[in-house]
Amino acid sequence: MRAEGLMRAPRPDRPDHPRRPRRSRTLAAVLALVTACGLLSACSDDDGGSDGRITLRFQSLAWQKESVDANKELVREWNATHPDVRVEYVQGSWTSVHDQLLTSFEGGEAPDIIHDASDDLADFAYGGYLADLGELLPRRLKSDIPQASWDTATFGGKVYGVPFLQEPRVLIANAKWLRESGARIPTPEKPWSWPEFRSVTRELTEGKGKFGVAWPLKEPVSATLNLSLSTGGKLFHRRADGKAEIRFEAADEVLPRTVHDQVNVDRSASSATLGMGGSDTLPGFFGGKYAMVPLGFSYRQQIAQQAPKGFDWQVLPAPAGADGLAQGVSPQTLSVAEDSPHKKEAARFIDFFLRPANMVRLARGDWMLPTGKEALKDPALRTEKDDWAIGTALAEHLRPAPAQSVRGYPEWMDKIATPALQEYYSGAIGMDELRERLVEDGNLVLKRYQR
Amino acid sequence: MSSRTSRTGGPARAGQYLALLAYLVFLAFPFLWLISTSFKPSRELGSLHPTWIPKDPTLANYRQAFDEQPLLEAAGNSLVAALTAALVAVVIATPMAYVMARHRTLLARAATGWVVVSQAFPFVLVIIPLFLVLKNLHLINSLPGLIMVYVVWALPFALWMLVGYVRAVPPELEEAAAVDGASKLRTLVSVTAPLLAPGIVATALFAFITAWNEFFFALVLLKTPEKQTLPVVLTHFLGAEGAADLGPLAAAAFLATLPSLVVFAVIQKRITGGMLAGAVKS
Repeated sequence: MRAEGLMRAPRPDRPDHPRRPRRSRTLAAVLALVTACGLLSACSDDDGGSDGRITLRFQSLAWQKESVDANKELVREWNATHPDVRVEYVQGSWTSVHDQLLTSFEGGEAPDIIHDASDDLADFAYGGYLADLGELLPRRLKSDIPQASWDTATFGGKVYGVPFLQEPRVLIANAKWLRESGARIPTPEKPWSWPEFRSVTRELTEGKGKFGVAWPLKEPVSATLNLSLSTGGKLFHRRADGKAEIRFEAADEVLPRTVHDQVNVDRSASSATLGMGGSDTLPGFFGGKYAMVPLGFSYRQQIAQQAPKGFDWQVLPAPAGADGLAQGVSPQTLSVAEDSPHKKEAARFIDFFLRPANMVRLARGDWMLPTGKEALKDPALRTEKDDWAIGTALAEHLRPAPAQSVRGYPEWMDKIATPALQEYYSGAIGMDELRERLVEDGNLVLKRYQR
Repeated sequence: MSSRTSRTGGPARAGQYLALLAYLVFLAFPFLWLISTSFKPSRELGSLHPTWIPKDPTLANYRQAFDEQPLLEAAGNSLVAALTAALVAVVIATPMAYVMARHRTLLARAATGWVVVSQAFPFVLVIIPLFLVLKNLHLINSLPGLIMVYVVWALPFALWMLVGYVRAVPPELEEAAAVDGASKLRTLVSVTAPLLAPGIVATALFAFITAWNEFFFALVLLKTPEKQTLPVVLTHFLGAEGAADLGPLAAAAFLATLPSLVVFAVIQKRITGGMLAGAVKS
């Protein structure tokens, strides 16, 4: 091997081309300029000067346009009427809120006012990151929200969040299909029982890929636990010493067995949707493959936007059991960071933000139900349009989701319950094995957290 | 090379092309579907029988995406962060790689080992200490802080890549330059650097795309909306439990992929061009 002339080392990509130094230099200059501008402009940024006013950072997880608009309008209204306490709106994201908040708490940079959900609060509450709101909130707000809702954000006797929006799980039905079947239409006053529901789905099933119901059970644990409250299923029980333990009793079996039998015995439920999220089932619902889909109440927005013209849909209450229409929910919450130097002002903002009229605006923006008793009386939430009235009628039956305050629940859910329920619903394992895994394996997990 | 080509039979060659085509389709499918989705009205998004070509194409998703989120501002932030991080990473990594490739000392071997080990640290392990360090430096909620993280994050792999490129440049070329009387600096600038250019460009591209797509550090380190980068802003179209505002999300995601595509299209020739073409004769 030998090297060719040094001064003629060619451009590797264009061995025969003359060099084009001007273009390269121009490119380099542009890149350097962009870099320098970026650094300079970024370096010139700071966290804002102090003008004597208090500034609170409010991290909201609102994401749909109407909801974001409602949030921003309320912040604007607050800022217009409270010049001494300015609220800065920061948009967060549901997809990564836990990790983001945890890092911010650890680094002492958490927002002052935090939007989250009650089932995400336990770690933060026990970790000392959230302020106890018990003494900070006004009596009006405390009495406006029912105790069942407060219980969802109460840990160790202290209140770590204000529950303000919630949604029951409902059945969304193809109204024409249901009418033509001749089945009795359930109402909140006279809902279907679980056996009646199973019987109706059998009647609605027409074969050839047309099913009475499609259960979207990509995340089967919360759906199973929350709906099982209607049959008296609790699964998580407190022993005399205060420790939690899992028991899988007859009342806990009703819902899982119903779903299992619909899929594997009656063939009235599609097995294909067991691994789907709620949105994934909508094309099949609109396309006439499924007569009903159990979904959160807020899915009405997607349905209203995406349903083909003329598609007739309606909301039905979920089936009732021994405990009536009870079901578990994990409401959206507003909390205050323990590290915030302005907890009182943050609580004042929360009180303003959750006044009945404002709660109605937030609820309509998210297509969910407010927790506030006064807001629930608003005619805008009792209209027949988009079946708001059905959801409002269910509000009194909503309870805290089981186990959300049990330490070790997330691990039990991920490692034990989710695969066990998925296998049971698909027919891979039977009820005995499901029970064994949920209880025996599950209690081993809980034991580690409760030493 | 030509004799090897001639030995490949017709059916075998057809099979190769078929496999290549299948792979291209596999790669292109999500991107084409993204483009198609971005032009569909919401009612078409819920169709049981979706079509590749929107039946009733609309720009509403793009309008909504721009109306609801500060996409241009976020893209500007992403561009500054990614370009700066890529340039700085390459500027630091190139001389380091040269030393590590040409001088195989104990220190160089230890550094190589450390580079490999550093790749094993997951995000979650480093994020809290990193957050605290940046906080002490008053670099939380600032693009320079994020850029610093991106540089550090890209550096090990950039170094790893460049060491390989440097090793592929025959030392004989540098020796020949020395024989011809070139100084060390002149040799590096006139011989080694041009031959390394494709490697440097590939490494810069890697660092750029890594920073452009990065989400978690940006989410955690940037607090105010006007400083957020594009991947963070894209998540604002996502709700709880997998719900998504699909049309605007597709529109914004398509726009977010464009810079990577453009950068790659512009400089791919520098990457794929023969690195040592014409420099050495056997």
